[in-house]
Amino acid sequence: MIRLGALAVGLLFVINVLWGAIAPREDASPDMAKQLHKHPKHMEWAHNGPGNLGIFGTFDRGQMQRGFQVYKEVCSACHSINRVAFRDLANLGFSEAQIKAIAAEYEVPAIDANGEPTTRKATPADKFPLVYANEAAARAAQNGANPPDLSLMTKARPDGTNYVYSLLTGYSDDVPKGWTKPDTLYYNPYFHSINIAMPPPLAADGQVTYADGTAATTDQYAKDVAAFLTWTAEPKLENRKETGVAAILFLIILTGLGYLSYRKVWADLKKPA
Amino acid sequence: MSFPWAKQYQPTSAVGKWMDERLPLPRFIFGALGPGYPTPKNLNAFYNFGVLAGVALVIQIITGVVLAMHFAADTRVAFDSVEHIMRDVNGGWMIRYMHAVGASFFFGVVYIHIFRGLYYGSYKPPREMIWMLGLVIFLLMMATAFMGYVLVWGQMSFWGAQVITGLFSAFPVVGSYIQTLLLGGFSPDNATLNRFFSLHYLLPFVIFGVIVLHVWALHIPGSNNPTGIDVKTESDTVPFHPYYTAKDFVGLGIYLIIFSAFVFFMPNSLGEPDNYIPANPLSTPAHIVPEWYFWPFYAILRAFTTDFLGVPAKLWGVLAMFASILLLFLLPWLDQSPVRSNNYRPVSRILFWVFVVVGLLLGVCGGKPAEEPWVRLSQVLTAYYFAHFLIILPIVSKLEKTKPLPGSISEAVLAKYGKVGGAPVAQPAE
Repeated sequence: MIRLGALAVGLLFVINVLWGAIAPREDASPDMAKQLHKHPKHMEWAHNGPGNLGIFGTFDRGQMQRGFQVYKEVCSACHSINRVAFRDLANLGFSEAQIKAIAAEYEVPAIDANGEPTTRKATPADKFPLVYANEAAARAAQNGANPPDLSLMTKARPDGTNYVYSLLTGYSDDVPKGWTKPDTLYYNPYFHSINIAMPPPLAADGQVTYADGTAATTDQYAKDVAAFLTWTAEPKLENRKETGVAAILFLIILTGLGYLSYRKVWADLKKPA
Repeated sequence: MSFPWAKQYQPTSAVGKWMDERLPLPRFIFGALGPGYPTPKNLNAFYNFGVLAGVALVIQIITGVVLAMHFAADTRVAFDSVEHIMRDVNGGWMIRYMHAVGASFFFGVVYIHIFRGLYYGSYKPPREMIWMLGLVIFLLMMATAFMGYVLVWGQMSFWGAQVITGLFSAFPVVGSYIQTLLLGGFSPDNATLNRFFSLHYLLPFVIFGVIVLHVWALHIPGSNNPTGIDVKTESDTVPFHPYYTAKDFVGLGIYLIIFSAFVFFMPNSLGEPDNYIPANPLSTPAHIVPEWYFWPFYAILRAFTTDFLGVPAKLWGVLAMFASILLLFLLPWLDQSPVRSNNYRPVSRILFWVFVVVGLLLGVCGGKPAEEPWVRLSQVLTAYYFAHFLIILPIVSKLEKTKPLPGSISEAVLAKYGKVGGAPVAQPAE
């Protein structure tokens, strides 16, 4: 009875789904955005360590500080990094005095003695403030676009670090034939919908002046800021890898010892062979 | 219950004796996982995955309880509280990555455990209850994992909750009421997040309870084994401790090494980047996909594209998705072969591997956007999925000519070693 019922139910589902498979359907029109869309370029990163494997490797402190500089002088005009606190910058090699000075450049919302909303200078304990008070304010100022917070950007896109680098260096004036690009948007094949509202932020070499003598090129800016945003998204990355190497070494030794005792325990049973 | 030759617990110390007369907990453990549980001596590495699944659950419970100390189940701050755990809580990043990766590993281990049961016929009499309880655990795991994923309140959390609860709206008359009940409203909101958090904390303990029943039911007939034949004499078995505790420990070590590699070096590789974007009810992600362990079922859900017999395609998809798991409860009665292990069932063995490939391909289809060729491929694969269990297996298991079974587990072990190591050596008399 069970098997007859199963047979009936089975035939019902099988015929149904196969009917769906052979039923004619409209061919989806080819999606041009999909054809134009490019995967991020593959770059080598200091924090990915030897072979770009992601096992060893630490953040390049010089690159981090340059990346922060690019963020501060270029990106921060529109984009916040609201999940990062000023105190976190100690992790990038900034001294306490430097952090205090950086924080003091920013104003954060506060309440004055009369209970009225006001602002005060930020302290190391504060987070980087939002650029716009809310989404509506952002869209009003940005021609309808909402510049996203960048704190988590490299984890919120596939292959995020490479994505940020590719997007920043991927602008092009050669709009392919057949592709419509409104005048207010820009062509960038690394962006998911190809047309992006953000104007090319890294427009010219020399836009940011590096103090450490690193070549001041747009390519270098893009690399440095992508590395910096990897840190804002995953500040514990170095900690994580160090712990991982120690944990795996420990587990390999433990498993090795476990294997030896397994051999010993089973020796009397394996012997006959 | 156990075999008559099972070792009996003998308290050696005065304290042990005192305890044994009042609360025989050591006696219970001795019999359940210790020297008092005779186990077939030919269990291979695949029999390790039950223990590994138990460890995976314990890791989830421990890390989950700690995460709950810092997590805030409120739509305004849930995402922020997760990031707070990642950035400002000591060791929080490790606990959270262990929990997120741990969910994937729990499913991975359980899938291998289920397929081991399928291959060696562990669902067949007298182990039907073990099999069915296992399926109950699997269903509870799916509910728990889904609700846990929603708690992060990222984009995929929000839209996943919308899509999955939306499935219930396909049922006529009661559907929309069920969806409203699940969500605590008309769309995912604070009530949804709170009830999912409450249930996500509750269900793992329910799973734990069902595991106790699963293991209890296991201890009635004892473990199945790769030959699928019953234990006959003491020489077919070894005491669980120290033999399998030692063997399982090695497996556990290897499991933890692979687990650590993911947690520490590629913690986000199994997840969707979209879930690092805070939930936004006004912006639908381009591709809403569940986590990888739901992909085969997601593919089945989406495979039904035409209305059939007056029933809308969406309802067919939902019915098929539920049926694809529920039909497994009937498996002990659909498979009519007197032989358990596929080692001795040449046709079923091929069918098993075909089914493994079909299952994996369904998974691939489920992770892709609903476009050609993936839709058509998942339709053919879905047809095979149902045909395999409901049509092919019942017929093949009836007609198949099985290979001769070894006389005993010991004989099978000796034959195997004989083949590998030259002349077979007789088992020394004990």
